[in-house]
Amino acid sequence: MSSTSNTTTIGTIGAPSRRNTELALLVFAVIIPVFAYINVGLAKEDTVPAGVLGYALGLGLLAGVAHLVVRKWAPYADPLMLPVSTLLNGLGLVFIWRLDQEPQITTPQLGGAMAPGQLMWSTLGVALFLGVLIFLKDHRVLQRYTYISMVVALVLLILPVFFPARFGARIWITIPGVGSLQPGEFAKIIIAIFFAGYLMVKRDALALASRRFMGLYLPRGRDLGPILVIWALSLMILVFETDLGTSLLFFGLFVIMLYVATERTSWIVFGLLLSGAGAVAVATFESHVQTRVHNWLNPLELLNGGVTETAQAMYSFGSGGILGSGLGQGYSRLIGGIAPKSDYILATVGEELGLAGVMAILLLYGLLIERGIRTALAARDPFGKLLAVGLSGAFALQVFVVAGGVTGLIPLTGMTMPFLAQGGSSVIANWALVAILLRISDTARRPAPAPAPSTDAEMTQVVRP
Amino acid sequence: MNKPLRRVAIFCGLLVLALLIRVNWVQFVQADELKNDSHNRRVAIERYSIPRGNIIVGDKPVTGSTTTDSGDFKYKRTYKDGPMWAPVTGYASQAFDANQLEKLYDPVLTGTDDKLFFSRTVDMFTGEKQQGGDVVTTLNAKAQKAAFDGLGKQKGAVAAVNPETGAILALASTPSYDPSSFAGMSDKDAKAYIGLQKKNNADDPMLNRALRQTYPPGSTFKVVTAAAALENGLYTDIDAPTKSPLPWTLPDTRIPLPNEGNIPCENASLREALRWSCNTVFGKISADLGNKKMIEEADKFGFNDEHFTPVRADASVYPEDNRPQNAMAGIGQASNRATPLQMAMVASAVANGGTLMKPYMVDKLVAPNLNVIQQQQPEKLSEPLKPENAQKLQEMMETVVKTGTGTNAQIPGVTVGGKTGTAQHGENNKDNPYAWFISYAKTDKGTPVAVAVVIEGSDALRSDIAGGRLAAPVAKRVMEAVLDGNQ
Repeated sequence: MSSTSNTTTIGTIGAPSRRNTELALLVFAVIIPVFAYINVGLAKEDTVPAGVLGYALGLGLLAGVAHLVVRKWAPYADPLMLPVSTLLNGLGLVFIWRLDQEPQITTPQLGGAMAPGQLMWSTLGVALFLGVLIFLKDHRVLQRYTYISMVVALVLLILPVFFPARFGARIWITIPGVGSLQPGEFAKIIIAIFFAGYLMVKRDALALASRRFMGLYLPRGRDLGPILVIWALSLMILVFETDLGTSLLFFGLFVIMLYVATERTSWIVFGLLLSGAGAVAVATFESHVQTRVHNWLNPLELLNGGVTETAQAMYSFGSGGILGSGLGQGYSRLIGGIAPKSDYILATVGEELGLAGVMAILLLYGLLIERGIRTALAARDPFGKLLAVGLSGAFALQVFVVAGGVTGLIPLTGMTMPFLAQGGSSVIANWALVAILLRISDTARRPAPAPAPSTDAEMTQVVRP
Repeated sequence: MNKPLRRVAIFCGLLVLALLIRVNWVQFVQADELKNDSHNRRVAIERYSIPRGNIIVGDKPVTGSTTTDSGDFKYKRTYKDGPMWAPVTGYASQAFDANQLEKLYDPVLTGTDDKLFFSRTVDMFTGEKQQGGDVVTTLNAKAQKAAFDGLGKQKGAVAAVNPETGAILALASTPSYDPSSFAGMSDKDAKAYIGLQKKNNADDPMLNRALRQTYPPGSTFKVVTAAAALENGLYTDIDAPTKSPLPWTLPDTRIPLPNEGNIPCENASLREALRWSCNTVFGKISADLGNKKMIEEADKFGFNDEHFTPVRADASVYPEDNRPQNAMAGIGQASNRATPLQMAMVASAVANGGTLMKPYMVDKLVAPNLNVIQQQQPEKLSEPLKPENAQKLQEMMETVVKTGTGTNAQIPGVTVGGKTGTAQHGENNKDNPYAWFISYAKTDKGTPVAVAVVIEGSDALRSDIAGGRLAAPVAKRVMEAVLDGNQ
């Protein structure tokens, strides 16, 4: 923020837009999944799959249109985010298609083949991405909707309670005839907007009006209100929707944004204490959470003589080893049901692309996250900073919670790997998230407008007293 | 706001780093463990994705493979004369994992072993499917058949080895099971498997009695006690009278140790004592030598140690014990326990001039292209006897067969040495005794076979002659089978 004051003369030279870098990277981001697609076909059927041309053209078209729109409407946007998202989305489609080739987990009862649907959702996601870039000229517009965002986010979070639970968690809204929706994915973005707007206004009050106690700045009671409300809300999500991941995500998101807004470490301590207390309290009487923790501590334990999903995922990872079995040659279908395509998609990556592949995917996520935080660093307005760090933080927490859960680092929670996993809500929401980040980074990196040429600048004499 | 932003960036970096470390842990450190976990279905899928390599006896396979259409698995294991060979092959089942040779050599049989790397690489380039290697055993088909048929419907086990090499020639256990019966994964297979479990079948047919069951060795252990007496110089002349009063009471007690009937054991020579199987003489030898020296000698014969043939054989036990118990252990009772393989090793060490060879049952591993990828060489395990003492002990054992309790094992034209045994067991010996016989056969060409036979439960026969009457004929059949093949 402080660095913007003296850059007018430098800014007019024009920062490189890096659009050509993005284009070059996008070419790879399309070619790699296409090769992966061919690879699966060769491994499963010994032939180049028939759909490869359509897939290549489709993915290429999506990437091309996205690139052109970015070039036109957000010319200074970060050049890495679009290629990384395209690559992850493209690979996700290949993995889902690859798992569709396993008849055992592609029965009509399980919803049949899912790749075509996912391709449609991805297209919708990219469309929303384009829409955000075209119609959201300035991210600060979102600031106006701070309290509307809060209401919308609350509604989205509470709605699933009224719908039946699926797979042990109430995180879906089922609309008969249309399908089901995971509102949590959208709530993630909307709540970040609310936090950013709210904290920008309140941050001084939260940071400064506090009492010092044992080396920590304790907030005033009335400022503590919102954090307690959020805490209670995330606990309620945990209790009523039995969704460990979402509650962790929202609370973590709020603590991160609060810390950035107030620059007070005490908020983190406070947040960690609250979340720890909440988690312990809920874990003591929620059998669902206890089961998850038990599975986490005993991943290979047999359940009624059968191998659990958790164990199957571990076997997938272990069997992949360092280099993996090769695409199309693994047995991650043994996890069973639709889980290998959704929550456990990383297990397929682990088995077929090995440690190398999983590390590459995790680094891609890491790259996307760090580019997002970099956007926050570069942003010139506090709202943009908060929103960017909020979105990136939410993304990072989600990746950590899902990948950590699947690999057995932390207890498993029902969330999807952004872009990679099957699920319409997730892919659409994440494209929108990337679009907002690109919008912020475009604003941040765009050269400040040159000062209006003053016709009588030369003639003006400044007389200093 | 930039300072906390940088910290958040570091925090997010740490989250990703934690994930990276975790996947390295799972996919590198734990990978092999997870990959080969018996509940990991990939193990079975791979095992049955190709016709499995075979386990070979002589030059004929005793196993095979057949195609199936049961879900994940393309092939299924089959066995020829399954019950007879089960103690050797073990089983390989789609639903119930594998054991013994099928399990130990699984990587070779499925073609994934590192030793087959070259063959696999060639296959990859020539586009051929991966093939499994074969496991060639040392077993002798005729001897095995003699052993299995000899045991017949009785419960028992036979172990036969070549004393000169340690190669296992026969390994039978009855009642046995047919590994084909549960090689698949159908309900029928599951039922067969469950029915064979010990808790559902009192006969415990899946127990490999030759390797995994220890029995009190009874009087056959007197061979080891005699060896200890000779090796420690307690007695040197096998025909000189020993200092053996009759009756003789167990040390530190007032309990006299009885002999089987009224036999001439008072101050009997070692030869006569073994011929008549005198408890008093050998009990006193064990007491005179003491527990420590007896353990030492038993250890040299292979007691108190597991043997890997490579299928694991349970450790036979000659334990540390008090004086009366040690005296009882010297005649193969009390806490003294031995596997049939162990007692075959005892006979083989005596027959081989005092040198005990390491027992083994896998001769070589053969790659699909018939290259030998591993060849087992005979290995010396220990020297329980000096050659001159081995000579003396052989004379004693030959006397047992010529004119003692083991006459049932005589083979015309062949020198046979042996020892009978009947081990009491159960509280107050109320259970049926175990009938034992250990022996070896010697021709002018060498000593090709040593054998141990144990037969459980024969209600009618409780005397020491049980070993000679029940077990010796089986031992004889096995020795004859080996000798036939050698001529």
